[in-house]
Amino acid sequence: MKMTGSQILLACLEQEGVDTVFGYPGGTVINIYDDLMKSDKIRHILPRHEQAGVHAADGYARATGKVGVAIATSGPGATNTVTGIATAYMDSIPMVVICGQVPTPMIGNDAFQEADMIGITRPITKHNYLVRDVKDLARVLKQAFFIARTGRPGPVLVDLPKDVQTATTIFEYPETVELRGYKPNYSGNARQVVNAAKMILAAKKPVIYVGGGATLSDADKELLEFAETIQAPLTTTLMGMSSFPTRHPLSLGMLGMHGTYYANMAVTNSDLLIAIGARFDDRVTGKISTFAPDAKIIHIDIDPTSIKKNVRVDLPIVGDLKDVLKKMLKQFKELPEEVTASIAETAPWRAEVDAWKVSHPMSYKLSKSVIKPQFVIEKLRELSDDDAIITTEVGQHQMWTAQFFDFTQPRTFLTSGGLGTMGFGLPAALGAQAAFPGRQVIDISGDGSFQMNSQELATLVQNRLPVKIVILNNNFLGMVRQWQQLFFDKRYSQTCLESPIDFVKLADAYGATGFTTSKPEEVGTIIKKAFETPGPVIMEFKISREENVMPMVPAGAGISEMVLAS
Amino acid sequence: MKHTISVLVENEFGVLSRISGLFSGRGFNIESLSVAPTLDASISRMTIVTFGDERILEQITKQLNKLIDTIKVIDFTGEAEEYVERELALVKVIAEEGSRAEVMRIVDIFRAKVVDVTSRSYTLEFMGSPDKITAVVELLRPIGIKELVRTGPAALGRGHKGWK
Repeated sequence: MKMTGSQILLACLEQEGVDTVFGYPGGTVINIYDDLMKSDKIRHILPRHEQAGVHAADGYARATGKVGVAIATSGPGATNTVTGIATAYMDSIPMVVICGQVPTPMIGNDAFQEADMIGITRPITKHNYLVRDVKDLARVLKQAFFIARTGRPGPVLVDLPKDVQTATTIFEYPETVELRGYKPNYSGNARQVVNAAKMILAAKKPVIYVGGGATLSDADKELLEFAETIQAPLTTTLMGMSSFPTRHPLSLGMLGMHGTYYANMAVTNSDLLIAIGARFDDRVTGKISTFAPDAKIIHIDIDPTSIKKNVRVDLPIVGDLKDVLKKMLKQFKELPEEVTASIAETAPWRAEVDAWKVSHPMSYKLSKSVIKPQFVIEKLRELSDDDAIITTEVGQHQMWTAQFFDFTQPRTFLTSGGLGTMGFGLPAALGAQAAFPGRQVIDISGDGSFQMNSQELATLVQNRLPVKIVILNNNFLGMVRQWQQLFFDKRYSQTCLESPIDFVKLADAYGATGFTTSKPEEVGTIIKKAFETPGPVIMEFKISREENVMPMVPAGAGISEMVLAS
Repeated sequence: MKHTISVLVENEFGVLSRISGLFSGRGFNIESLSVAPTLDASISRMTIVTFGDERILEQITKQLNKLIDTIKVIDFTGEAEEYVERELALVKVIAEEGSRAEVMRIVDIFRAKVVDVTSRSYTLEFMGSPDKITAVVELLRPIGIKELVRTGPAALGRGHKGWK
């Protein structure tokens, strides 16, 4: 059957099981949008900025595990997607972004609304394609989705010129994908697994260090069983948070620059670090030469480039986490006496770690007169549903959420870790809510970050997405202000967000609801009211202005050199 | 340490940009780069000379392999006897009265060819291992080199096995 490129695009999306796309129309995608109107299988959500569209597809992908899809027109529409694509790239999120492009004869001619998206996104996509012939379109899309979701996931961009969209050909969706240069290895080497199991059972002070890979692999069940089998303390990175229950007795919370004291001390004093789906990022390691100095390192990851990139690794295992952990658990089942012996051997270590938890718990000074942000986070956990999805923006509030919010279920913490993109949280919440209309979705934001994509309030209202937005307002660009306080003698250069925004009026202006308070005793009431109010809601809490995120590992220091109080 | 790497890639539009973008984006150094299609027209072969220690070379190899378009990465660092490396250079030498004979002697010694001649210059074609090319250039430098172009090496493993 002969179809146009634009029809083929939509047919391919349907074949891939896509039911929601986020996009913004324009000249070079007008054909796609015309055909979209005729599709009853694909739901389209219109943001108010292409960046938000991509973040929404990203949030959708993080919440569901499916490939997020975004559409933008050429030129400025496409360049607006760049930050969103880079955000997804740094956090390895599966996504396909389709950009319109000027007709093929005009490419390279400085045409109206033309931008070399292949060149621009080359370093921030897992792969990208420029489709010059409609006959290639179906194969390219099949490959794009395959590349996005397999191996280490990532964003794929497909640049689609307008004349290719209107050209016709016979539509045939390929059965299989053949990519000579791409064959991701899911199966961990059996011998390495056996050796790793031996190493683990011989360790006296093991620590499990979990990153975003655990969520991407949906390996939370295997991870829990693994930790409980060997009874090893477990710490997560920012990206690994919510793949392991935060209040579990073995949980150490987050490690690294703003990690807990006990997580950083455990890693520093360990004799075996089991790295699972993590990449030894600089926020985690601090000064590399003093990172886990006495520990052997086992590194399990699906991406070989992450292994031995930053630290020397004693036992690498390339493979999918679910597969490797399953194999490891089978090994342990064949060595029941060794496992029991190991648990006894590591008991003093667990006691040492627990002592750190008791001597240096996460804490803050509660106040009766001013709202403390950590208090709001704790109250949110107390009053929200167990399966509530939390998104954050970037900054102090993001760190406080990671430190004080107790996560119990996977894929409930969506945050921009690798790129640290302000403006991510609200559209990501939008995407998550579109995926799960019946669940609570809460965006925790600062006053600075909120203004980066505040226009999406309109999208929430138009699509009846009842996201609850928490603004922790200190009238500062908090995290930068903290650095200026600690390292630049309190020279607050351009970090004071002085304009007195009335967030209640702002919410109202968009057709949403707003609440505000500066009184600690009203925090619980407002949160409850917000959850009971239908539709999108802004809750603004005017918090203590110069509260700092502690502990903190200063730049260039080792993670055991934490500053505990400012 | 200098490394010669051959990368077999899909002969797709933009692949050269992808590979060189990878090197520059990650701060890897490209001393020379040459590329052309292989026996299979859908596959191109790139030969890159880069500098770095073991750790850097490992990262380069892994990052190259990670690219969707990369089919195989061959590292030719190691015993020089295990592979053949050849490079072409065209050198325009200033050769006036006194030095013309010396230039011709060097051409003879290195089995080079003269591809252009004027009363004031010779353009010479040298072919050989990269080290030989460098040696010749150093010999000609005191005589006076007007202009020089090198292609960068092409390398192939010895023995009967191919890259597949």
